[in-house]
Amino acid sequence: MTDLRVVGGDLLPPADERRHLLSITDLTGADVERLLATARSFAQSQERDNKKLPTLRGRLILNVFYESSTRTSSSFELAAKRLSADTMTLKAVGSSVDKGESLKDTALTLSAYDPDVIVLRHPEVGAAQFVARATQARVVNAGDGKHQHPTQALLDLHTMREALGRLEGLHVAIVGDVAHSRVARSLVQALNLVGATAILVGPPALLPAGLAPTSTDIDAIADADVVYVLRMQQERMLAGANFVPSLREYTARWGITPERVREGQRVMHPGPMNRGVEIDARVADSDASLIVDQVRSGLIVRMAVLYDLLTTGPVAVESAVGVA
Amino acid sequence: MLTGPSGTENIVIRGARLVDPVEGLDATQDVRIDNGVIAQIGTALDTNEHRVVDANGMILAPAFIDPHVHLRTPGREDEETIASGTAAAAAGGYCAILAIPNTDPVVDGADVLRGLRARAQDEAQIPVGFMAALTKGQDGSELTEMGALADAGAAAFTDDGRPVATAGVMRRALQYNAITGRMIAVHCEEQSLTRGGHAHAGLVSAELGLGGWPSLGESLMVARDLDLAGDTGQPVHLMHLSARESVEHLRRALAAGVRASGEATPHHLCLTDEAVRSLDPNVKMNPPLRSEEDRLALIDAIRDGTITAIATDHAPHSPEEKDVPFEAAPFGVTGLETSFGVLYTRLVEPGVLSLETLLERMSAGPAAIFGLDRPRIAIGAPANLTMIDPKATWRVKPSTFRSRSLNSWLLGARLRGRVKLTIAAGRVVFEL
Repeated sequence: MTDLRVVGGDLLPPADERRHLLSITDLTGADVERLLATARSFAQSQERDNKKLPTLRGRLILNVFYESSTRTSSSFELAAKRLSADTMTLKAVGSSVDKGESLKDTALTLSAYDPDVIVLRHPEVGAAQFVARATQARVVNAGDGKHQHPTQALLDLHTMREALGRLEGLHVAIVGDVAHSRVARSLVQALNLVGATAILVGPPALLPAGLAPTSTDIDAIADADVVYVLRMQQERMLAGANFVPSLREYTARWGITPERVREGQRVMHPGPMNRGVEIDARVADSDASLIVDQVRSGLIVRMAVLYDLLTTGPVAVESAVGVA
Repeated sequence: MLTGPSGTENIVIRGARLVDPVEGLDATQDVRIDNGVIAQIGTALDTNEHRVVDANGMILAPAFIDPHVHLRTPGREDEETIASGTAAAAAGGYCAILAIPNTDPVVDGADVLRGLRARAQDEAQIPVGFMAALTKGQDGSELTEMGALADAGAAAFTDDGRPVATAGVMRRALQYNAITGRMIAVHCEEQSLTRGGHAHAGLVSAELGLGGWPSLGESLMVARDLDLAGDTGQPVHLMHLSARESVEHLRRALAAGVRASGEATPHHLCLTDEAVRSLDPNVKMNPPLRSEEDRLALIDAIRDGTITAIATDHAPHSPEEKDVPFEAAPFGVTGLETSFGVLYTRLVEPGVLSLETLLERMSAGPAAIFGLDRPRIAIGAPANLTMIDPKATWRVKPSTFRSRSLNSWLLGARLRGRVKLTIAAGRVVFEL
């Protein structure tokens, strides 16, 4: 309840006419606080029988997904609906993309409907920036190749704060295939913005230098408040690249098993999981796991992001929640 | 080796600052050109009813030579033609260019080469030399008929766009090339290290999630080719050097007496991989933009003569190819029409590079490497001259380009120093 009062003048969004959420690097700490506060206020609205808010009535939000997705596409669609926006999800399979249409032409075609927001997932780095340049819509990056997945990082912060009561000073061990992970890139940057720290743990060739401290020793997760497990992204690895000799060897050295999780540690995973590879099913289903909470956070955080891009500031949050 | 028009202009260029570093010339004088040849240099020259160009405040220098231009002909005439590419070169102050053979079809046989030279005879705005491939289809396995290609007028040999993957083939190419007297130019890339690479392997690529193209991917191959040049006693030219380690290898090899040379591009001399954060496909090139340390090493090498040529690696791409997300875009940027302006603005004006060194590396340097006549300001020399207004400030706009392609990393930039007049082989080929 007191959260709404946290939203003060210093948390006003920048005055640009058309804002996007392309990368965590576009955000300040104050932006993150504003978005998380907004999400928290939406959490309350989601406890009512009537979960729908009228805030974005008449707005059009297009979800354009060039890569498979369960959590992200469903939560963006639902987030738009809960805010009363018109929404439509376009998947690459079964659209003109199948017929060789370029991203530029698809973007221009969809622009003809004057969407307020385009939510884009695409396998290539820079796709969201490209659509932001090519159209007049606000663009939310729902994942571009190995680059960024900013709403995932925001929902992860929300999940951590709800479960652990704070973000500042938290220490998060991100374990596994960091090299191919847009989630890890966004999360490391987001943790830095809120005063938390990260260590990257995994096989040497999968830990890019310079993002955060690294360790190839799984024991390095011991100090962490949160163990954040990444999927081995075999679909993004070039054949014959030899990042690890085998998945069996990966699991033996870096798999998150009950024995490796310390009492009091919480475990997260952005999904989809490969149970038995990077995470043991007993860990995924344990009380330490926040994996289901992450999915729940996804809805309200994405509501907050859409709301934030389409309204002028935090004052309306109270009224929005109030009207419902 | 060069094909293209020549002329017999009669002009007097009055009052320019004449700068020819190799001739030791830096003086404000008039130049009289009779029948396309420099006839007189002095003060208050007779006009002899020649056309008079008032060049007060202008620099008149030997025109430039670009040894690394992708003319995209044959095969991709929508991106560049001999006519448009040589017109772009003329506008950039060039009097001659060398074209790269990675076309479709590849220039790997004398018939294709003869066809291109015949077209250039009709179409070229300035003299152009055509390089031929080193291996058939540029696939790195079987040598082209280098003797026949040289006889048909190949200006040099290169598989540019690709490396010669195996040391054995490269060694045979160098050995055999002893019969041609032409240069072998190499694109140094160890592909097992660069596969999947879209940007320099460093902090920027790590943060952006782009596959890394490491410095070692170039410098390993540079070391190999320098050793092979040393072993065979044959010369080798290293194209578009980008990494500090490559420069160090070249410097050591030159000191050891290896017959080698190198070139650097304006984009590697002016930009670093920080530019890639924009995810603008027009800063994606091969080799990639590297760190500030690498950039400074290239500038040092240009200064001390380790690298003696500036080459644009002008690589036109159609909008369909470049108007895509960064990761999907092909490598390559255009450069012919902005090279002097950007290097003058970013390196000469701030005092990083002297005007004389820049002029030498854009003209006499590349001429010497490829055995071309050196453009010079001297009595009796054919007029190959470029007139530059060092005070002119201009904005790079799509409409300024003669090139058919617009994939310039400088679109929108303000530059100082503009080419106003180019004379190539005694003919005025560009005038602003």
